Amino acid sequence: MFGIQTQLFEAQDVRFGPIDHETHPEIESRWTHDEEFTRLMELKPVRPLSPAMVKKQYETIEKDMDEQKNLFYFTILARDEDRLIGKALIEWVDWSSGNGFIRIGIGEPEFRSKGYGSQALGLLLRYAFGELNLYRVTAVMPAYNEGALRLFQKFGFVEEVRRRKAMHRDGEFWDIVSFGLLNAEWRKSDWAQG
Amino acid sequence: MKSLYRGSLVRLASVQPDLLAKSLLKWDRDSEAQRLGDFMPVQLQSEKKIKEYLEKREENNTSYRFSILTLAGDVFIGFTSLWVNDWNLGEAWLGIFIGERDYWGKGYGTDAMRLIVQYGFMELNLRRISLGLHAFNERALKSYLKVGFRVEGRERGVFLRDGVRYDDLVMGLLREEWLEMQNETNTGNASKP
Repeated sequence: MFGIQTQLFEAQDVRFGPIDHETHPEIESRWTHDEEFTRLMELKPVRPLSPAMVKKQYETIEKDMDEQKNLFYFTILARDEDRLIGKALIEWVDWSSGNGFIRIGIGEPEFRSKGYGSQALGLLLRYAFGELNLYRVTAVMPAYNEGALRLFQKFGFVEEVRRRKAMHRDGEFWDIVSFGLLNAEWRKSDWAQG
Repeated sequence: MKSLYRGSLVRLASVQPDLLAKSLLKWDRDSEAQRLGDFMPVQLQSEKKIKEYLEKREENNTSYRFSILTLAGDVFIGFTSLWVNDWNLGEAWLGIFIGERDYWGKGYGTDAMRLIVQYGFMELNLRRISLGLHAFNERALKSYLKVGFRVEGRERGVFLRDGVRYDDLVMGLLREEWLEMQNETNTGNASKP
């Protein structure tokens, strides 16, 4: 079982860290030039961002974390060399009902589909349920993001909403799916056993 | 072409921040009504604060907002809006609130729904319209189904009030479904709900 002594930000091969305004903009700018990645992450129109634009986004994120108190943003670092490989966040937290929306992405291509995202999701859920005490979390994704669908299902997420044909890209239509996981469901799963 | 703003019981009109602020001051005191329509904790705010908020809101052009007035007597009974989050997806989120209780359950809200949906598909050229509601809001659910929305999902226990967990529903209406309904109405094949 996770306990008060169990490190919140450390998994076997990844850890959570804060934003590094010096080195991260360059790396994330590179990710935004990879439309395969951004089209999995974003429902909004994607566009390549310069390091300066990414830097500005980071400033907005930290400002929102500070002022709105409903956003929790982490960078995902590979434990050897503390190399930035992705990001994980809980956003739009509704404190009165205890719901938050989660998002996770591995931007570095060679770290995809190797279990890093899974470890990061484990950390993110423990933070959402064990630190923020949320009642539930929600994850929204286009139905073509099969990797994400599999990952969330593995963690016991239940499909709750399917907005029909809400996604429109390359002249095709897909459903936008939203998954929910309750704190109580997570607590009973193997993922909460530490 | 059908009238864009006039229905059979109500018409859609512009939003006037000072008038709306006065009505909201009154409607906000009805916590049952507020809780039916709101997802955030309900609050009481001064007329000045409400007015400032409404005026600031006008600067945001991603929402199309209307007052709902009765055709008989021009009574201001509520408001409705379409919020376009992503134009590239052709989707908007619909909101509606009838603050005057005397006009609940008599078809006024549904009539306003038909108008704003028509505005969304015929003027904004949307592909689909989405909305969310608390599962216990049965009056709203019935109205939305009548207008053609389908339940697309249920968020388990996402709303907590008075120590009770409630589900929220998400509903959607696709342009082609709505057009099909208009067709049926025009050719007289409509199965009146």
